[in-house]
Amino acid sequence: MGCVSEIVTQEGVIAWLRAFARAVAANREELTELDAAIGDADHGINMDRGMQAVLGKLAELPPSDAGSVGALLKLVGMTLVSTVGGAAGPLYGTLFLQMGSATGGAAELTVAQWAAALEAGVKGAQARGKAELADKTMIDALLPAAVALNAAATSGLSLADALRKAAAAAEQGMKATIPLVARKGRASYLGERSAGHQDPGATSSWLLLRAAAEALVPDASAERPGR
Amino acid sequence: MGAGMKKLINRPEDAVKEELKGVAAAHADRLKVHTGPNYIVRADAPVQGKVALVSGGGSGHEPMHGGFVGVGMLDAACPGEVFTCPTPDQILEATKAVDGGAGVLLIVKNYTGDVMNFDMAAELAQDEGIEVEQVVIDDDVAVKDSLYTAGRRGVGATVLAEKICGAAAEQRRPLPDVAGICRKVNANARSMGVALTSCTVPMAGRPTFELGAHEIELGVGIHGEPGRERRALAPVHEIVAALASAVLDDLPFSRGDEVLAFVNGMGGTPLMELYVVYNELHMLLEGRGIAITRNLIGSYITALDMAGCSLTLLRLDDELTALWDAPVNTTGLRWGV
Repeated sequence: MGCVSEIVTQEGVIAWLRAFARAVAANREELTELDAAIGDADHGINMDRGMQAVLGKLAELPPSDAGSVGALLKLVGMTLVSTVGGAAGPLYGTLFLQMGSATGGAAELTVAQWAAALEAGVKGAQARGKAELADKTMIDALLPAAVALNAAATSGLSLADALRKAAAAAEQGMKATIPLVARKGRASYLGERSAGHQDPGATSSWLLLRAAAEALVPDASAERPGR
Repeated sequence: MGAGMKKLINRPEDAVKEELKGVAAAHADRLKVHTGPNYIVRADAPVQGKVALVSGGGSGHEPMHGGFVGVGMLDAACPGEVFTCPTPDQILEATKAVDGGAGVLLIVKNYTGDVMNFDMAAELAQDEGIEVEQVVIDDDVAVKDSLYTAGRRGVGATVLAEKICGAAAEQRRPLPDVAGICRKVNANARSMGVALTSCTVPMAGRPTFELGAHEIELGVGIHGEPGRERRALAPVHEIVAALASAVLDDLPFSRGDEVLAFVNGMGGTPLMELYVVYNELHMLLEGRGIAITRNLIGSYITALDMAGCSLTLLRLDDELTALWDAPVNTTGLRWGV
């Protein structure tokens, strides 16, 4: 603790959001294909539109919000809510809004504080969608990630290691959606026919957690080309 | 545009925007069209002291909902992109634009996205001090309603609820009453649809699903979602019997009931065929001892260019009948004025 790379800052969050936007754009077709199998074939398109809008907002962040992690997360949440549409807009929007509320006005967060923020965000998304684990939704990737991040924080792992644990848990949760029968969302209308397909929402959530592991640690993100 | 798509659309991404411009140009006497965010309000909004009704949903179901804005029906409609629900900021702005101090009723069709977006909008409106109630319409019997699905979809009963609640609001009934009437309509209405062809979403440029030349989809949704059963095209009386018995058995409707029968076209079916369907339905209900005391026949909740129809039956009592008969003046429904 105390070392710069152990602290989540607004700069780190911006790097995370940029990495997530890149990942969504790169996987736009794959997300849409997954959605076509069990939903309405627009998840990649909608998420890409939303994250492009977020990138636009990052360029015009009001000076009053400079440094505040919470203000940034809330701006992201409102932007996603108004641009993504469908079910993903309110779900991702609520995730970021609740994360933002949980951080208060802090400019720097410890691993434990960041884990608490993610937990609050996931709880918000869960309440919004009324989804439980194994309903074949984005919660299947997000909830294990939040649990893993909390455990890592408690056992004193570094921020980078904790984020990697969270991303691994999200990936495992995402893969676990394949055999599940959907109980929430449009896929639930398919009943048994939804089994055998990976959930598109869990997939974009894994991309979100993977992007955090890649970019949220300031030192790690500074080394990445293309920013 | 995709190969083989023949439509009066300039560019798919401009279709909703240009449609709204057309609505604004055609109906400036009755409607105000706001863009960015998109919503349609009645020209005299907000009406002070009247409960305001707001609904919305994806575009492509016209005349629902924009065609139902006006005296005696909705105060505002929020059109989303084609088959995509409106966003909370859009619903919030529409809600603020029509609130006349007596509260706002949000009429929501039961789809996962719609419910969540309206939920968020309701929370935001309440934060701004506006009294809001929501009623979720879920009348489609083709979908199993259980703990393990998102529940039944909202279809034809939405049109009936918007008309009936609009009349109640014009009588200056308070918000809890208007919301109660909306729930009563939903509780007494059941629907089911059939597709003869798929629809084509302009941005996709190809049919949403494939039906053989002699196949129909029983229980289809208004976005081309799969239904209960794919079967061979059959005589109209057999198709009507399949739809009507699913609807009748679900509520259930029984001998002696008085009903409003709503035969709705999905967008690509001529009125002539809808009357053929109505004739079959009329004979079938007569045989069951159920009296059609009101009816609505036409294309009111559509699925773009899909051919097919849906049947909605609403069990009536004196209150609902009187509210149905009350004047309405919208571009989609108009009588008594």
